[in-house]
Amino acid sequence: MEEVPHDCPGVSSAQAGRGASCQGCPNQGLCASGAAAAPDPAIEEIKEKMKTVKHKILVLSGKGGVGKSTFSAHLAHGLAEDENTQVALLDIDICGPSIPKIMGLEGEQVHQSGSGWSPVFLEDNLGVMSVGFLLSSPDDAVIWRGPKKNGMIKQFLRDVDWGEVDYLIVDTPPGTSDEHLSAVQYLAAAHIDGAVIITTPQEVSLQDVRKEINFCHKVKLPIIGVVENMSGFTCPKCQVRVATKESLFLLKHRIHQPL
Amino acid sequence: MEAAAEPGNLAGVRHIILVLSGKGGVGKSTISTELALALRHAGKKVGILDVDLCGPSIPRMLRVQGKAVHQCDSGWVPVFVDQEQSISLMSVGFLLEKPDEAVVWRGPKKNALIKQFVSDVAWGQLDYLVVDTPPGTSDEHMAVVDALRPYSPLGALVVTTPQAVSVGDVRRELTFCKKVGLRVIGVVENMSGFVCPHCEECTNIFSRGGGEELARHAGVPFLGSVPLDPELTRSLEEGRDFIQGFPESPAFPALSCIAQKILNEAPVGLS
Repeated sequence: MEEVPHDCPGVSSAQAGRGASCQGCPNQGLCASGAAAAPDPAIEEIKEKMKTVKHKILVLSGKGGVGKSTFSAHLAHGLAEDENTQVALLDIDICGPSIPKIMGLEGEQVHQSGSGWSPVFLEDNLGVMSVGFLLSSPDDAVIWRGPKKNGMIKQFLRDVDWGEVDYLIVDTPPGTSDEHLSAVQYLAAAHIDGAVIITTPQEVSLQDVRKEINFCHKVKLPIIGVVENMSGFTCPKCQVRVATKESLFLLKHRIHQPL
Repeated sequence: MEAAAEPGNLAGVRHIILVLSGKGGVGKSTISTELALALRHAGKKVGILDVDLCGPSIPRMLRVQGKAVHQCDSGWVPVFVDQEQSISLMSVGFLLEKPDEAVVWRGPKKNALIKQFVSDVAWGQLDYLVVDTPPGTSDEHMAVVDALRPYSPLGALVVTTPQAVSVGDVRRELTFCKKVGLRVIGVVENMSGFVCPHCEECTNIFSRGGGEELARHAGVPFLGSVPLDPELTRSLEEGRDFIQGFPESPAFPALSCIAQKILNEAPVGLS
């Protein structure tokens, strides 16, 4: 889908194609005909593609910088330790793709084959895909609005030749916006096992986690659980532990009873 | 050449500073808040515009979460966070019915609200308007830069943490600034070393040097390093006025220095 005007009423709105801001938009005809509001055929295509993927896990957080990508990478490595388990790691953080760096795959390129895009394989049983592999320089910025990001995510799910996969881990950017909605929407027919939500102990993170939990409820995405990262630090010199470690029980309590 | 904008609600705002980062969780909101407090302590009137629609952190940091936003003839009245009314704040956090409500909007709807935040908040007379942004280089960033362009913002403070995974994203943010013609005031390296409150040993939890290196690579000023301070975290958790309460903190000199650089670069005379 091409770029949309700033005041786009939204493709599924009643005003789609008919609003004042629709004049001159390249997609106006599509929206006015109602075609844009119809279910995206890609959803069925992705359902077919995902038939070879047994488990799909989204790694979410409302909050940025809590360690989603770090956790996703560790989880992928952990699952792939059993060489009979096929693991795929998909990075849908389009603006800030950290996975290539964390996995030590910076500079790798994606190749096309007859069956689609090939993920970059770190091990025989661990394949990775990220927009980071499509950028030619570390300074390249992906300055895209929502619709274009959604298109990329659709391609990642539909056009990557994942093969037979036991676990597909989807790393996401912070927030509750286009990327998250698209991932859930495009995987709607393919059944997502659920979401793991990452947080740090601080209230500033927990308040976003509560929103993320509400997002999951809204889009009917099961929550596998919450992981607390950066739980504390022991000074290497004096061995005094500084931040307090919340037990998972306490954390669950705090999530439902804000400070 | 762009036509001069109708001054409207930003007519009384002397300088606009955006706080950006490609990376999430580096402390944009913290730095925005502390910068505003530091400028206030220098006797200035400051506004904070929080355009992080999915994760609006600032109301809680300044202990004004749950406050209602009122309308006046010129638009929305920002929330004053102090009795002297020297800091005002607008955030989507104030518009939510419940604090845990998730703003699950796609780009176009976010763009529309940001445009409204820029044009329809009755800021009145301000020396500085600090604009806090979410991580990334997408809808919110394009919308706020477009909406603020007619008012010639002073530029952007770009926040990073020292480690490579942050610097990697922040390089892209610097490219974004270049592409949209937004001047970079400088790079701030946050969480730059952790000073143990027990023995004062400084440990570089998140590595070191990345921010300065990045500034050098991009040819922009390096404004300073702010260390990771657990007292600061506690203070922000509890919404205390950090600058007033913790002048002994290792983060205090760093933040004051950054604020002073802004004051020197964009002075505001006695009003």
